[in-house]
Order: sequence, then structure tokens, then C-alpha cells
Amino acid sequence: MLKDLFSKPKKKKYATIPSERDKQDIPEGIMSKCPNCKKIMYTKELDKNLKVCLHCSYHHPMASFERVESLVDAGSFVELDSEMVTVNPLDFPGYLEKVEQDKLKAGLNEAVLTGTGKIRGNDVVLAIMDSRFRMGSMGSVVGEKITRAIEKADELKVPFIIFTASGGARMQEGVISLMQMAKTSAALKMFSSHGGLIISVMTHPTTGGVSASFASLGDYNLAEPGALIGFAGRRIIEQTIREDLPEDFQTAEFLLKHGQLDAVISRLDLKDKLTNILDIHIPGGVWK
Amino acid sequence: MIGELEFERPVVELRKKIDELKNLTKDADVDLSEDIERLENRLQKLEKDIYENIKPWDRVQIARHPSRPTTLDYISHLFTDFFECHGDRYFGDDEAIVGGIAKFHDYPVTVIGHQRGKDTKENIRRNFGMPHPEGYRKALRLMKQAEKFNRPIICLIDTKGAYPGKAAEERGQSEAIARNLFEMAGLTVPVISIVIGEGGSGGALALGVADRIYMLENSTYSVISPEGAAAILWKDASQAKKAAETMRITAPDLKELGVIDSIIKEVKGGAHRNVKEQAEAIDMVLKKSLSDLLSLDSDELVAQRYAKFKQIGDYSFVKQFTGVN
Ligand SMILES: [Zn+2]
Repeated sequence: MLKDLFSKPKKKKYATIPSERDKQDIPEGIMSKCPNCKKIMYTKELDKNLKVCLHCSYHHPMASFERVESLVDAGSFVELDSEMVTVNPLDFPGYLEKVEQDKLKAGLNEAVLTGTGKIRGNDVVLAIMDSRFRMGSMGSVVGEKITRAIEKADELKVPFIIFTASGGARMQEGVISLMQMAKTSAALKMFSSHGGLIISVMTHPTTGGVSASFASLGDYNLAEPGALIGFAGRRIIEQTIREDLPEDFQTAEFLLKHGQLDAVISRLDLKDKLTNILDIHIPGGVWK
Repeated sequence: MIGELEFERPVVELRKKIDELKNLTKDADVDLSEDIERLENRLQKLEKDIYENIKPWDRVQIARHPSRPTTLDYISHLFTDFFECHGDRYFGDDEAIVGGIAKFHDYPVTVIGHQRGKDTKENIRRNFGMPHPEGYRKALRLMKQAEKFNRPIICLIDTKGAYPGKAAEERGQSEAIARNLFEMAGLTVPVISIVIGEGGSGGALALGVADRIYMLENSTYSVISPEGAAAILWKDASQAKKAAETMRITAPDLKELGVIDSIIKEVKGGAHRNVKEQAEAIDMVLKKSLSDLLSLDSDELVAQRYAKFKQIGDYSFVKQFTGVN
């Protein structure tokens, strides 16, 4: 069983972002420490293994451009809407300053990267979220870029693949952020009604409004091992129901067990499995 | 006044004083008519000041008022021949959402709404109007049924949010909400959503992908409760009042942000003061928007609904640095 192949993070309830101390323990850059098994390994080897721990198979967070590199045929990726940037629809105090900080920190314009490309020769449109930017939260830019990417897939009549990584709604955009759930879902409905293929790959973490919209709307809903996926936050649920939740609650494996996913797939196998699905769909095609 | 709220206390107190004076003139043989008239003028002005400038946090209190009319209250005033349908056909019947078929001025419709309880006992049965996945799946079943029989759909939104619970997660709360957003976007019949109380996050939106979206004047619609926002943004739930302002969750806010079509005015002091009168205000809006929507064919409906949501969002473009000149 997949569950046995990938030993789960032990008693790790919340997102595992390496602490400052963890980082200081090891020579910056050359070595990396796995936040799950605590073992130290060469960063180069870890990167070569698609950031999957060489010892415990823990899936380290992956930057959006690294994801592109790991999946898309060399030289085939063309970014869409790279110039779209965030404004402050609610005049929320301090919002744009935070966005600017994340731009510098993550080297991204926003929390999603979209573009066209090929996976082993198959044309696709990709949307890849990046949790390093405002926790991957969805505001106007994320919603609009994803919607435009879906419209592009519809125009080109190619499959749409989304990699989700998000804490949910972008609080500072309030109800505008909420409405992005409806906008993106409407775009998927339109695309789907034309026969478009939708593949959702949920990565750590996929929660809140992103989980409750496009992430769950794939014809195939896949997830990376150990990814946290759910609607409500664990702490809120614990406070509401006043009982302890199982250790694997809201993990990819938990969702698979409860019938919410088609498969949990190791990052190391992902390209093969995606190709497998694409191969079955593309030849005949069911475009209307 | 029963169930008076903090912000309207000055009105209540002044009214009480006027009543006292009136009683006094009745018993003692003095003429206070001038004073009473003066006070009544002041009361009028005070009411205008207070009820026409209700602060966001006070609107939150009205939206949460225990006697605020619920979906079933409005159903009994707005429709005839209501037949309630139960169950999602997969798991159970979630009483946090009610739905069924009815007639609106003799025209067949499907009506669906979140349902809070009137007292503790009913609230427990209805889970305080916070649905589980089966609630959303029941709603979707009824929407697809409406589509089959070419009936317009009217949704009444009134929930703090989808229920955050273990069972809800196990049964796919996320998927249930997402599926409703997805399927509602493609419905070939008119869909009208009205926020009648609290419109809390994805749990509200799952009945909100509509051709026309209205809010009662004192209802709220938000991505998170003011308390939740305060806890996340300022690590302090007691800042909810501030969050209610910053997050822009009132009907006037949403109108200004271009998210809703229009505001349905409330009875002075809030809908709970007179359900019948409030229902009449809703009735007028429904009649108008239904007749507008029924003139569109299904392709136009779906295309306009798509465009309606597509335009929500605010962003801009920067010139990207492409190289060295
Ligand atoms: Zn490890």
C-alpha cells in the first residue's frame, strides 16, 4: 500500500516549515535537514530527488518554478499573465507592504504561476500555486490568473492541470477573495462542459477556500503523500467538537481512505502518472 | 421593545421617557403637550440618525438577532404550496438546509435556504444553520431537479459557515461546496440568491452562484466572521468590531465593491421588527428580477452568470523588466 511505502510524518499536526534554528544547525545551502526525520543530506541530492527526503520520503515544499522544471519538457514552458499584480481592493491597512515583502522573499509576483507547456510531448496548461507567497492564499490575482489559464486551456483545447498549495482565502481581500472561488469554479464548469480534462494535484497544504473550489474539481483528484488537505482548520475543529482528532486527520492518506481522492502519488512517480492519464485522454479527445 | 440592541438604546430610552410623560399628563392635571411634542420631534431625529447610519458592528448584531426571520419564515410569507424535500440520497437529511418546491405568485419555483433554529432545541437539530456536506448535496439535488423541470431557483443565505467538524471533513465538505459552485455556474434556469442574515464564507457561497445576488440591508457577507478575522489578523478576537469595519462585510460595502446587485431595504430597526413587511419588500424585488431573468434563454443566462463572476476582482499590470537596453 502507498501508505506503507511512505512513512508518514510523526505526530506533525501543522505545516512543517523549518525553523530558524534548524537552518542554523547546518551549513547554509550545502546541506539540508529534513524537518520530518531530522536527518541531514546534501541539498544537491535532495533537489535531484525532487525535494523528496532520501531517508523518509518526506515531501519538502517545492517552489512553482521548480515544479515546472520537474515536469515540463525543457524549453516548452511559456508563462501567462506574468505582469498581473495585486492591488488593494479593500484599502486594507498594510496589505501591499506584505505583498511586496513576499515578492522579494519568494521572487514571485503572486501565489500562482500559470503557463502553457508540454509534458512528455502532451500540450497542457498549468497553474502552480506557491505557498511561499502569502501562504498561497487566493486573492484577486490568483483567482484571475487561474481563470485565465482555464480559459486558455479551453481556447487551445488542451488539458488543464493545477497544483494547489494554499492556506485558503486571502483575508486582506475579504469577500472579493471569497468570490474567486465562484469565478474559478465557473471557469472549470465552462471548460468541463466543452469536454476539457481537469487534473488537480493537491500538495501541502491545500485548505479552506482553495480546497473548497478548484482543488476538488478535477476529473482526477490527486495528492502528494502527507499533504494536509481540508476545509476547516484542525484547531477550529478541535475547539468545536472538543475531541482529539486522529493523527492522520486531513492528510492525503486520510482523504484517500474516505473516498475523496483518486490517488496519492509520490512526487517521484508523478510525471509518469500524469503522462498515463494524459495519454488515455488525448488521442481520442472528446472536445465539443 | 423586545430584543433591543445596544446601539438603539438612546431611541428606546427617549421613547420610554415620552411614554412616562404621557402617563403623567393622564393622571396629574398638567399640560405637558409642548414638552411631549418637543421630545417626539427629537425622537424622530434620533431615530433617523441612528437607523440610517447603522455601524457595521451593529449590523452584525442585527444579522445575528435571535428573532431575525429565518428561511422558513420568509417561505411562509413569500410562497404558497410549499412542499419540503428532504435528503441528499447518499447519506442523510441535513436540517441546516431546507429546500423544496413552491409557487411564487402562481409560478412554480424551487426554494432552498440555510435554516437556523428558533430556540436551543431547534438549533441543535439544525446545527445552528451550519451545514454538513449532505446539506449542500441536498441543495444541489434540488437545483438539478429544478433545472429538469425548468423552474427558477431562489436561494436564501443565512449561515455562519459550513460546519467545521470531523464528520464533515470525512464526507468531503470541500468537495460538496466546490461541486455546488461548479454546478450552479452551469444551471440553465434563473438563480436568485438573497442574503437574509449572515453570509459566512464558502458555506454561504455554496448557495450563492446566482444570476442576481441581493442582500437585506442589515445582513453580512464575508470570507470569515469578524471574530475569526480579528483572531487571525490581530491575534485578538475582541477586535471583532474593528474587523467588521476593515473587512467590509455589510450590504452597502458589498454593493460598493460590485459583488451584489442591490440592497433590499429593511424595516426600521431590522427585519425582526416586522416579518410580513420585510417579506413584502423581498417579494417586490423577486418579482422584478424573475421577470427580467425569465426573458433570457438558457445560453444567455449561463453566459451572463459567467461574466458576472468573471468581473469580480481587482488587479493591475506592471511592465516587466525584459532586459538591458
Ligand atoms: Zn526525512
